[in-house]
Amino acid sequence: MSSTGFFSSFKTSQRRQRQIALVLKYLISLILISFALFPIIWIISASINPANSLASQKLIPDNATLQNYEMLLTENDFSAIYPYTQWFINSLKLASITTLFSISITTMAAYAFSRFRFRQRQNMLRGILLVQVFPSLLVVVAVFLLIQQLGRVIPAINLDTHAGLILVYLGGAMGINIWLMKGYFDSIPREIDESAMVDGATHWQIFTRLLLPLMRPIIIVVAILSFIFVYGDFILAQTLLKTTEQYPLTVGLYIFTSGQFSQQWGIFAAGALMGALPIVIIYLILQDQIVGGLTQGAVKG
Amino acid sequence: MEQDVNASGLGFSAPSKTTTVSRILSRLFVLFIIDAFASWLVVSLWENSSVILAIAAIIITLFVNVVIWRAELYPLRWMLLGLVLMAMFAIYPILYNVFVSTTNYGFGHLLTKDQAIEQFENIKYLPEEGGAYTWTAYVSEGSEFAVWLQKEDGTSFLALPNQELLAVQPGEEGIGELDELGIPLTIEGYERLNRLTVVRYINDLGNLTFGEGENIVQITSLDMAAELQPKYIYNPDTDTLTDQQTGIEYVPVDGNFTSADGDVLTPGFQIFIGLQNFVDFFRSPALRGPLVLIIIWNFVFAFLSVAMTFALGLAVALIFNDRDLPGRKLITTLLLIPYTIPSLITIMVWRGLLNPEVGIINSTLEGLIGWAPPWFTDPIWAKVAILLVNLWLGYPYFMLICSGALQAIPTEIYGAAKVDGANFWQRFWKITLPLLLVAVGPLLVASFIFNFNNFNIIFLFIEGGPPIAGASTEAGHTDILISYVYNLAFQGGRGAQYGQAAAITMIIFVIVTIITLLQFRFTQMWEEVSENV
Repeated sequence: MSSTGFFSSFKTSQRRQRQIALVLKYLISLILISFALFPIIWIISASINPANSLASQKLIPDNATLQNYEMLLTENDFSAIYPYTQWFINSLKLASITTLFSISITTMAAYAFSRFRFRQRQNMLRGILLVQVFPSLLVVVAVFLLIQQLGRVIPAINLDTHAGLILVYLGGAMGINIWLMKGYFDSIPREIDESAMVDGATHWQIFTRLLLPLMRPIIIVVAILSFIFVYGDFILAQTLLKTTEQYPLTVGLYIFTSGQFSQQWGIFAAGALMGALPIVIIYLILQDQIVGGLTQGAVKG
Repeated sequence: MEQDVNASGLGFSAPSKTTTVSRILSRLFVLFIIDAFASWLVVSLWENSSVILAIAAIIITLFVNVVIWRAELYPLRWMLLGLVLMAMFAIYPILYNVFVSTTNYGFGHLLTKDQAIEQFENIKYLPEEGGAYTWTAYVSEGSEFAVWLQKEDGTSFLALPNQELLAVQPGEEGIGELDELGIPLTIEGYERLNRLTVVRYINDLGNLTFGEGENIVQITSLDMAAELQPKYIYNPDTDTLTDQQTGIEYVPVDGNFTSADGDVLTPGFQIFIGLQNFVDFFRSPALRGPLVLIIIWNFVFAFLSVAMTFALGLAVALIFNDRDLPGRKLITTLLLIPYTIPSLITIMVWRGLLNPEVGIINSTLEGLIGWAPPWFTDPIWAKVAILLVNLWLGYPYFMLICSGALQAIPTEIYGAAKVDGANFWQRFWKITLPLLLVAVGPLLVASFIFNFNNFNIIFLFIEGGPPIAGASTEAGHTDILISYVYNLAFQGGRGAQYGQAAAITMIIFVIVTIITLLQFRFTQMWEEVSENV
């Protein structure tokens, strides 16, 4: 047996092995992808299915129609009881307002933690982390009673108001995000601050004019995280809001899954698809920024 | 770069702006406004019996005052709003939760004791013995009534339904001249009724209440009207409530006024019951049974969720770790898509998919093998379903994380191992996994804690059902502690039980704290945290 022969057969069997492994990998990917995607494909199909029954589902239904979307989006008897567009607006409103305030709070706090040295600094940072271990979700009972009591005295933030709900969300604004931001702040050299101070700038001026613009990547990340969190919240909204017009999308869509709608999954499907759209768009457009911002924060923090 | 800490504790010097008069004045002004608002808030809360909240508001306001006033606390002013919000809406609920768990606050005991007594004292009854007034009725065209009341001592009143009794003279309020008995002949807009004509209206008249506040009068017979008396009188010295009508005495027992015979008055009121809620849960079998099941499932669910998602995510990451695999980017992006859709929505989608009557999975299975699992009605299959859905939701996260972590492991190690003759499994268990766990460990624990309290999937998918039979509180086979708490407080058919719900929340606290502390210890996260601080 010549050495080339030996090695060539060896290489061929290696290549063979690789080919088999490749085929296996693609097979597995096919299985996994179907597992991952079929609920999504199903829901798209269900949303354009007029029959409103799931059993007789083909991928593209026989009489594909947009009537489910119409029912939700136009003014009619159905949408009078279930104001889908109002729910959508509510979700966007709650998420935007909370994010705005949350960013303001987080950036200012992170700046202080990064740039000042005060006696309780380290303890406070640890304390913030500790409070986060018990999210509002856990104390939903106490939060409910709190808003109820406060609301008797300040009606503007009572149960069933968006203001009350936003305040509860903001209670959690000082959390992990401060760590992320502080890490980012720390990575900006102090010399920038110092030279500005020599020029007579105040802390506020340094903060707003110099540092904030440099913080844009991490601010975007935190804003997105905050937006997604509020947009997807169910339990707090469900607990604190009572009338249908006040509901955000999550609570509204939940109604579409309950008993009376079990024969009408088309409605839910259409509503769910539209509701998911903002978040999916955010993820797809900004996924590079999100991952980049997070890793940068981790590296620097 | 560390700054030297000067005497006041600041790295930078405190801005000298605090010394000018205008700065001091502006600070005083701000403080004034804040304190004015706070005082109003505290007083209003106090009047509404929200005592604990009022105290919390006082403490927070004091803190704000101190921070604004003291120069060396300048850095804290940057985070004042955030701190106040955190104090009021994150920290206070935790503390308040501790308090509520020691009370019987809930349906039937929603009032404070003073509020309950006040309610009882407002209840009135009509004493049997006679009346204090004679009356004459008048009816208007719109069938509304007015009554002229006369007391024995000769004083008279004009009585309109639900309005204060008025002592009026002829000429006022449309009262005409009085006849020889002192009863007005006419009232403007009304027609006087005599003994014959009034009979027709006697039922309606008897149902009306005249007067307001302390003096409430009802017509008791064809001749007489009587003033209602408070039915209960509270004696603070003996702490008893006495029923004036029956003479029975009631004493507070466990949050209700109870008579010697065991008659219980509602409404009840909140009382401090210490650890009674906890004791109840551990002692009473009807409560304890479900609670034990729920706690066990809570741990099992969290553990299996983490294990399964990690395993699948890792497996996928390993398989596709080959950077040269064509189409790798596309495959991983496609596999990531479930993660981008808000989980709430996909949970509800799965609810539809597995729906036994109309869901496509069951109809397909029945077509293929003639049987489909009863996802929602059988306790075991329900748990399987939830774990499956959670797997679908969670594996992309670990797939991402493991991919990143795997690439961080230097390939030279593998090369050296191969030289030493290690096969794939040995390489995996001795090299890959340990190195992976170092990086991923904290995330695994975080995922465990997250799933331990994963309210969304339990509630949205199946509301914690199917129900556990014979439980005295609403409990389901797939309930975890947090969903059980939620049902106790907000869904209870037997009425909300805030005290009990708060007590269970305390148990969750303890468990989460223990897990977190253990994690801190074993991964020395605290040290890293300190370093970065």
